[in-house]
Amino acid sequence: MITFTLNGRPLSVTEGTTVLEAARGAGVEIPTLCHIEGLEGYGGCRVCMVEVEGSRTGCAPACTLETAPGMVVRTDSEAAFELRKAVLEMILAEHPADCFNCKHSGACRLHELAARHGLTKVPSGIERSGFPVDDSNPFFTLDPNRCILCGKCVRTCAEIQCSDVYTFADRGCRSSVAPGFGDLLADSRCVSCGSCVAACPTGALRPKDGSWSGAMYVDRRVRTVCSYCGVGCQLDLLVSGGRVVGALPADGPSNRGRLCVKGRFAHAFIGHPDRLTVPLVRRDGALVEATWDEALERVVRSLRSTVDRLGPDGAAGLASARCTNEENYLFQKLFRAGIGTNNVDHCARLCHASTVTGLAATLGSGAMTNSIDEIDLQDAILVTGSNTTETHPVIGTRIKRAARRGARLIVADPRRIDLAEEAEVYLPLKPGTNVALYNALACAILEEGLADREFIAERTEGYEEWAAAVRSCTPEKAAEVCGVDARDIRRAARIYAGARAAGIYYAMGVTQHTSGTAGVMSLSNLALACGKLGKPGCGINPLRGQNNVQGACDVGALPDVLPGYRKVSDPAARAAAAAVWGREPPSEPGLTVTEIVSAAESGRIGFLYIMGENPLVSDPDIGHVREALSAVDFLVVQDIFLTETAALADVVLPAACFAEKDGTFTNTERRVQRVRRAVPPPGRAREDLDILADLLERLGLPPADRSGAGVFAELARTAPQYAGMSWDRLEGGGLQWPCPSPDHPGTPILHAGRFTRGLGRFVPLAWSPPAEETDEEYPLVLTTGRNLYQYHTRTMTGREEGLSILAGEAYAELHPQAADRAGVRHGETLRLSTRRGSIELAARVSEGIRPDTVFVPFHYAQAAANILTGTALDPLAKIPELKVCSVRAERGNGRAPS
Amino acid sequence: MTTRQIVRSLEPTQDNLLAILHRVQNDSTRNFLDEPEIREVADYLELPYSFVYGVATFYSMFSVQPRGRHVVRVCASPPCHLMGGRTIRDELREYLGVEFGDTTEDGLFTLEMSSCLGTCGIAPAMMIDGEIYGNLDGVRLREIIDRKRREEP
Repeated sequence: MITFTLNGRPLSVTEGTTVLEAARGAGVEIPTLCHIEGLEGYGGCRVCMVEVEGSRTGCAPACTLETAPGMVVRTDSEAAFELRKAVLEMILAEHPADCFNCKHSGACRLHELAARHGLTKVPSGIERSGFPVDDSNPFFTLDPNRCILCGKCVRTCAEIQCSDVYTFADRGCRSSVAPGFGDLLADSRCVSCGSCVAACPTGALRPKDGSWSGAMYVDRRVRTVCSYCGVGCQLDLLVSGGRVVGALPADGPSNRGRLCVKGRFAHAFIGHPDRLTVPLVRRDGALVEATWDEALERVVRSLRSTVDRLGPDGAAGLASARCTNEENYLFQKLFRAGIGTNNVDHCARLCHASTVTGLAATLGSGAMTNSIDEIDLQDAILVTGSNTTETHPVIGTRIKRAARRGARLIVADPRRIDLAEEAEVYLPLKPGTNVALYNALACAILEEGLADREFIAERTEGYEEWAAAVRSCTPEKAAEVCGVDARDIRRAARIYAGARAAGIYYAMGVTQHTSGTAGVMSLSNLALACGKLGKPGCGINPLRGQNNVQGACDVGALPDVLPGYRKVSDPAARAAAAAVWGREPPSEPGLTVTEIVSAAESGRIGFLYIMGENPLVSDPDIGHVREALSAVDFLVVQDIFLTETAALADVVLPAACFAEKDGTFTNTERRVQRVRRAVPPPGRAREDLDILADLLERLGLPPADRSGAGVFAELARTAPQYAGMSWDRLEGGGLQWPCPSPDHPGTPILHAGRFTRGLGRFVPLAWSPPAEETDEEYPLVLTTGRNLYQYHTRTMTGREEGLSILAGEAYAELHPQAADRAGVRHGETLRLSTRRGSIELAARVSEGIRPDTVFVPFHYAQAAANILTGTALDPLAKIPELKVCSVRAERGNGRAPS
Repeated sequence: MTTRQIVRSLEPTQDNLLAILHRVQNDSTRNFLDEPEIREVADYLELPYSFVYGVATFYSMFSVQPRGRHVVRVCASPPCHLMGGRTIRDELREYLGVEFGDTTEDGLFTLEMSSCLGTCGIAPAMMIDGEIYGNLDGVRLREIIDRKRREEP
């Protein structure tokens, strides 16, 4: 400890603490312009000058000055004030003369500090001017004329976001912040995350959404959780005049002040004119406006007649990974208690059903084992089947940052994704060969004696059988199957097994296969063999796709489990639910998404209720989905837009989006966080919770407490993992389940000391080829996925003009060799055909993909990838094989759709 | 040697950045670093391209704009100034027919100003490429430029 004097008061701090950190810790404000919390002091702007008694110069910048025993520092003296004022004057001297009349002044830190130091005009000096303004980014403007060269954007982009867009170009008074060679931001590697904009203390980097120039008129800032992807970033919605005008990153536990382009800028959908504002019912073939009473009565009447005709199992519901825990809880209660069927599922079936099945079998819990924050502790990271920087951008950035600080990164993916550039070992495996690769990694680990014998002996079962099976899966054999170098497999094995703290991160590249569950379990075997579970920084981490897909699973929006993953087949679980609901749920598991579609097609489903999903774009083989939805007698769609699916409905219920409701989302690290209402729903649209409570009431099962907090309390009584949680306790950073009692702090790391199922179980698994293999007619492998700029089926992101500028059109990525054979060049129209259908879209020729593979993002309805995909299912998890089917590529006839 | 070979002639450690940039620029007939070269260096040293660009534009010995085959750097330090440096600057501008920072039409010379060349004993001085010329006056200066011109093929 070091004791020094600050403003006449003694202060004790740990060694290495700077004066700035010490002062801020003690609540003493020292203004800064260049300092970035969490990074090393930079000493660039000199605004943090403090008086240091007895030092050679009498003053020093607080951000770089380390505290020393006996040091006497003043921040509140006349001299310190004058020092800061002089520095500010010098900065202002280079600033545009209109600074004090600038329309952006409300959000300008420089302006604010100048005013606080009694400066009211720009000293005549050398005004920075004549720099070209870069307006090329759809979301923000770079205006070097208003720049004070503090370097915050340069360092934020390089050290926090790890995109390295900016540099200080040129020298002296011609210095400016730029991407280099006069490049525009639009042509740089900028991913539009807006971190630089949030960091900028002046108007040099400013958003175009108006939230900046109008910042002084922002009425309210509402802290909530982003509704894109499962990272669960906290953000502040800026509300002005009853509208959301922008968003700023907040210091949430998973994002630590970061956001991606979607969370930061893509909020136009909230108040969009296309929003559904009144209930619609089908009359004489057309959807016409109706009252809520009329619409809901029709839903209840049709439901009753279906149940009369087909029994309760003639009804089915698709819950929503976009909606809150409270809403999904009520939705499954509506089906289980209100109707009496377990036919409830949601899109988790299409993304991580194999994770839930696989990890539940081997570890006892199908969720991310560790916290996102632990990326900072890892010395080795294996990323496989996840294009993390695009699909979970903030986690991707954090992994990138870890690699740059020295963590050894292994990437196994058919595409040379952004993270591959940071990797020590990159394994460009052929789609559909995951299990072969993971087995080979395990084999190499056993061969070289790198397994954790002690961990295996104490905490696992089934090792011998598994080890015997896996020993024959040599890297050399896998090299042939996967199309990668055997030496690279061995290198990767050594890195992973030899690390102190190593984490595995995976997503749909592992799960969306007929061998999805096998892939998940073989990753689990790998972690078990190396003892990389139940410890800080270790673990196996499925990255969940949608904002609340984890929560929707947790609260029972699955056909075989009640809230808290209690099996419907378990009489005790059913009795417990009945005690809360007043009615016992049926004991037979219901149908999965894919089975519901098939059952609908054959007339066994008469009533289908879809909440916030768009299967007509997102589900495999959508030709088949359309037939199924048309075959249903009565289709209810509850959504915020008239989606492709809603257009087929008999009743459309207008719902609220995340910014219009109170509730909770559970992110990919099992963290339950509060979602808060910023604006009211448009027109007569209602919160989903309210709609569902109304329906339950009409079915004679009114919730005891219709409020969000009340429904959460009811949920906490049925889901043991949530038992200790309440809305009050979720303020701030939220809680990670399991949280069994009101005094439990939550569980950042699963399986510490003991696995949820007791012992970790090894499962021997052999690689088997995907359902569809390439042949002469369909010689290439089609794999589908997502990109950074769009979300799911674009119902939300498609309403954001800026995102359409960045990635508005469908495309297929293919290797130059494949393009040559197809006879297309970059940008020309490509025709892709599978056994199920054809689409035409623009060719994007890239060296970053295997020559035998074509990639198509599934977002775009105008060239829907899911016209091509097949419905072959994983036998255990019933997840469709969206990542592999055989495809033919040829020159397109028409223009690519625009 | 190709750019790739020149870049790889030194170890890929970050402290070799300036040395590699010098080697690449010296190999350029137009005395500058172009975008592909900067990218090559950045990739080799595993540095961000923007960072290498920032370095290349910070140091006045580097240029990212094409320059003449010879770079004439006139010393702008006080000793040279006292010894008639201003006259030398004016004479050079007139004789070459370009302003400071510009390149002659035939592409032979780029005229630049320099910080102290460290040869105050022979002020006023200038440096052409790597070579120092001191005790300059109008006549000697023209002779030097003419000689450079004659050396050209």
